[in-house]
Amino acid sequence: MVEALHWIGGAFIVAGALLSILGAVGVLRFPDVYTRIHAASLTDTGGATLMLLGMGFLSPLGFVTLKLLLVWGFVMLTSPAAANALANAAYGAGVRPRIGTFQIMGDDKPGPASSGDGAAS
Amino acid sequence: MSTPILDASFALNVALLLMLVAIAFAVVRTRSLLAAILLMSVYSLASAAWLMVADAADVAFTEAVVGAGVSTIVLLGAILLARGETERVNWKLMIVPGVLAAVVGGVLIYAASGLPNYGDPASPANSHVGRAYLEATYRDIGAPNVVTAVLASYRGFDTLGETVVIFAACIGVALMLGFGSRATLAPPTEIPNDQHVVLRVVAKLLIPLIVLFAFYVQFHGDLGAGGGFQAGVIMAVAIILHALVFGLRATMAAVPVSLARSVAALGVVVYAGVGIVCIINGGGFLDYDYLFSPRVEAMIPANLLGDPNHVHHWGQHFGILFIEIGVLLTVSATIVTMFYGFAGRTIETIEAERRT
Repeated sequence: MVEALHWIGGAFIVAGALLSILGAVGVLRFPDVYTRIHAASLTDTGGATLMLLGMGFLSPLGFVTLKLLLVWGFVMLTSPAAANALANAAYGAGVRPRIGTFQIMGDDKPGPASSGDGAAS
Repeated sequence: MSTPILDASFALNVALLLMLVAIAFAVVRTRSLLAAILLMSVYSLASAAWLMVADAADVAFTEAVVGAGVSTIVLLGAILLARGETERVNWKLMIVPGVLAAVVGGVLIYAASGLPNYGDPASPANSHVGRAYLEATYRDIGAPNVVTAVLASYRGFDTLGETVVIFAACIGVALMLGFGSRATLAPPTEIPNDQHVVLRVVAKLLIPLIVLFAFYVQFHGDLGAGGGFQAGVIMAVAIILHALVFGLRATMAAVPVSLARSVAALGVVVYAGVGIVCIINGGGFLDYDYLFSPRVEAMIPANLLGDPNHVHHWGQHFGILFIEIGVLLTVSATIVTMFYGFAGRTIETIEAERRT
């Protein structure tokens, strides 16, 4: 039983690590700010969720599980908010998406710098 | 017991140290100051992770909150006033510093080969001084965290010096940049109501939690990793987060500039005051065994902390508690004052001051 739990937990942690690597590749390869933010927040939420789930399987049920749950709640609260703030700031600075168009609150005026690659440095 | 081919902590050490080297090169290579600041924050986070692998939890904690957290914010505040890019440097100018850096690095690597192995029980640090402290701490002070005992009690005088240094830094920054009170002269920045609603809701949830965590770190300093320095920074981070999301004026209404600067001084007074009380009761400066006169000490119930059988050193216990509160006050107020100094000095506020 414990052996099986270890395998399940390990599988979740490896899956989380793979998702994080995918997110990192996405940050480097995606064409514009918004898709990159999407890839980065995937690492924070999806990767962290899978890894915390794996740690939950590896640790005995009890206080540690509660702590992991609280960490998960904290991550799910902060990292989507950070991604939102980043995208909001990029839009406010006039960065427009490279692929497709989208409208926020009917405002589609080009901003001061509409070059569209604010993340490239 | 068979030794594994690849030791997990060895692999982690190598991976983290390689990351540190890579980030250091990236910081030197990039010409955008903003990218350099963010990379330095990443560097601090990676070195905090490495210190955690090396079992130095207190240092890792400090590195994470100070290096990755607050110094990034202060540098970002400074870059608002500066140009965002460095100039391309003529390579001829880099020859002499480059050779010098290579020589110093070579000497350091050569010297490192003479250091004892990591965790070697026979090394001088572990066999004499460190061992003496480990053996004496529980008997003398009774604090489970030896780091806190050494920092706050055995070397309380050094830590008082560090607190005064932080206070001096506060005065220095305030003398150069002002206390930030000119921020109230500028017209309030127009923030559209519907734009940052997610941030505001999340920040409202987080700020009380951050303050609660600061108190946890503060009062568990003699039990686990943490203490006044880390807790002070975390407390200041909560105030800075409030300023970043709700605007500097709202924060200055809650934590006025004058409050921040007087609390910074109050912390030093609390710390030194504990030392003077010890002198009054017949001991040396910061000799916590004399913090309470015998009559007061007899009034403390033996089961105040639960276990009546354990021999408590009440003077030591409360002395560490009080000086850590002094450290908390000075550190948090200093960082808030520094942040006010930078944040209150944007281009708009300087122009507003010129107009008046």
